[in-house]
Amino acid sequence: MYTQAMDLAPKEERKVGQSADEAEREARFEARIAAGDFIEAKDWMPEHYRRTLVRQISQHAHSEIVGMLPEGNWITRAPTLKRKAILLAKVQDEGGHGLYLYAAAETLGTSRDQMTEALLAGKAKYSSIFNYPTLTWADTGTIGWLVDGAAIMNQVPLTRCSFAPYARAMVRVCREESFHQRQGFESLLTMMKQGTDAQRAMVQESVNRWWWPSLMMFGPPDDESPNSAQSMRWGIKRVSNDELRQKFVDACVEQAKVLGVTLPDPALKWNAERGAHDFGAIDWPEFWRVVGGDGPCNRERLEARNKAWDDGAWVREAAMVHARKQALKEKAT
Amino acid sequence: MTTSVAAVPVDAAAEWPLWEVFVRAKAGLDHKHCGSLHAPDAKAAIQLARDVYTRRQEGTSVWVVRSEQIVASDPADKAMYFDPMEDKVYRHPTFYVLPESVNHI
Amino acid sequence: MTASIALNLTPDVRYVLRIADTCLVHAQRMSEWCGHAPVLEEDIALSNLGLDLLGQSRALLGHAAELEGGGQSEDSLAFLRDESDYFNLTLVEQPSRRGGADFADTQLRCLFVAAWLAPLWQGLSASRDRELAAIAGKAAKETRYHLEHAGDWVVRLGDGSAESARRMQAALARAWPMVAELFDDDEVDTAAADSGLGPRASALREPWLAIVEPMFADALLALPPDTAFRSHGKRGTHSEHMGYLLAEMQHLQRAFPGGVW
Repeated sequence: MYTQAMDLAPKEERKVGQSADEAEREARFEARIAAGDFIEAKDWMPEHYRRTLVRQISQHAHSEIVGMLPEGNWITRAPTLKRKAILLAKVQDEGGHGLYLYAAAETLGTSRDQMTEALLAGKAKYSSIFNYPTLTWADTGTIGWLVDGAAIMNQVPLTRCSFAPYARAMVRVCREESFHQRQGFESLLTMMKQGTDAQRAMVQESVNRWWWPSLMMFGPPDDESPNSAQSMRWGIKRVSNDELRQKFVDACVEQAKVLGVTLPDPALKWNAERGAHDFGAIDWPEFWRVVGGDGPCNRERLEARNKAWDDGAWVREAAMVHARKQALKEKAT
Repeated sequence: MTTSVAAVPVDAAAEWPLWEVFVRAKAGLDHKHCGSLHAPDAKAAIQLARDVYTRRQEGTSVWVVRSEQIVASDPADKAMYFDPMEDKVYRHPTFYVLPESVNHI
Repeated sequence: MTASIALNLTPDVRYVLRIADTCLVHAQRMSEWCGHAPVLEEDIALSNLGLDLLGQSRALLGHAAELEGGGQSEDSLAFLRDESDYFNLTLVEQPSRRGGADFADTQLRCLFVAAWLAPLWQGLSASRDRELAAIAGKAAKETRYHLEHAGDWVVRLGDGSAESARRMQAALARAWPMVAELFDDDEVDTAAADSGLGPRASALREPWLAIVEPMFADALLALPPDTAFRSHGKRGTHSEHMGYLLAEMQHLQRAFPGGVW
């Protein structure tokens, strides 16, 4: 899903008049990747590769940070102390993931502040799923099951991304992510199997709202993703959008049966010939609207992040003033 | 004793410096690089490194270094620095074939 | 709707609930920062503090439920009491991020509470109640870290920029009227001290000052003079903020009677 970044980027034109030397370096670079080599931060890399990675990694990081908001919405209202602790730990993890990813992006020559400013100005994108509202407690479980489930499917291949700092960050992220999906699923399972009728209704209603946006997380169909071939060759994207989406649908059908919920797609059906489930048409206009800034919560998400940044400016500044004062004092002694 | 704030010039939008973090998972192991973070000073860097990188009991010891202080070899010089090591295989334990009975040393 | 529970509030139960509720409500306020802190590293750090406090409150509430003997649980105590049966310090129910409060309020309050808990946990380690002593032993390590983190921030902000110093002064002025309550004794304290359950509130004053005064000196802050005002959260009489806090926290348990989560 975080490869949305490349799908949504304008198709980059190859630099006209690339020198023979550069063309040769680029060919050697691609050969390294084809051989399964890792690229480290200070290695030579094509500008296009660097720019693409900065964009993808930073947008992945932004997704984690913005992703703290819909679930963070329910921490103060969690129904038990155990669920409160779990949710707080999970949202904290998302913050941590954002941090690891910003750190990986910084190795490519950008800074945390530059990336933050791009997000706050609405210039950088983040995963569109987080522009949907969390309206009930069940949504926190559904997000764990479906949204984190989709994220995991996307993230595991990224642990083999050619750019090593990103791959290493993803290894850390994946280790922590499985807790996220499990706790969400377990929360829903508890409500469905041991809860009241009202709780079961809440869970089903939540799934009805989150199913289709979750499918959209994998990005546009392969034939509408212009940069995929390049990204695959560079080892940034490992599996196609449609392939991941199909894998996700097939996994969720089984999981939905365990939960006892119905996925809101009348066209969902096992296709023995394909060995996979057929599913209904995704509302792509909705996807593009939400990606373009016109989803239910785009404005609120950006407002919240801008407010946190603006309200915190005096804190960040004070810390630096204090550090400078201490440094001066130490020099004087 | 107060330090006049006016005497301390600082860019109001100055970003917190970047620190690299190294964690020793348990006694006997080396510190391993695990990432970076931003902190205003060394004490904060240590505390935050604990909060960010050792939440799952992954550490007994944390080192933080200002990123700008790290001196690294230039990857372009990789051949010069590291290839000569390739043919000095007598440094590797696997180079030496020993009788089975003492092969564990 | 689930109605409030009725409790048999013996002095022992009240004593434990004062600490449990303080940790619970303090954790609730701390958790409001997750996703909204001035910098990402602090989102993570403040969440850790919140999780520690939540863990402490869960241990203490579970123990209080045992002491009360009426079949309550950590959750029924946390979510189903009437406001007047919560015995947290009024200080911790004050707004921390919303309602005009800011980061200075939060860090100052963290320092004040940690400096109160540190000698309290130490005193409790000698409690005749072995379970309470064990909880205190584990919590003491966490509180030491909170003291360091919050103390450093109070110093950074107090001796930082002109603006941060101003804000820290304002936070201190807001918090101070509710600090006296930390050290006021009543019959619950007397019963606890006499029976060996734990230290009385007034016994915490000297250790608290010993921790706070040096930090305040570094932070270029002065302890305000004592006033006659007293807050009474420990006795179940709260500020207007408590009602809203509980409404938010309790809502789901109230709205889903018999719910299993």
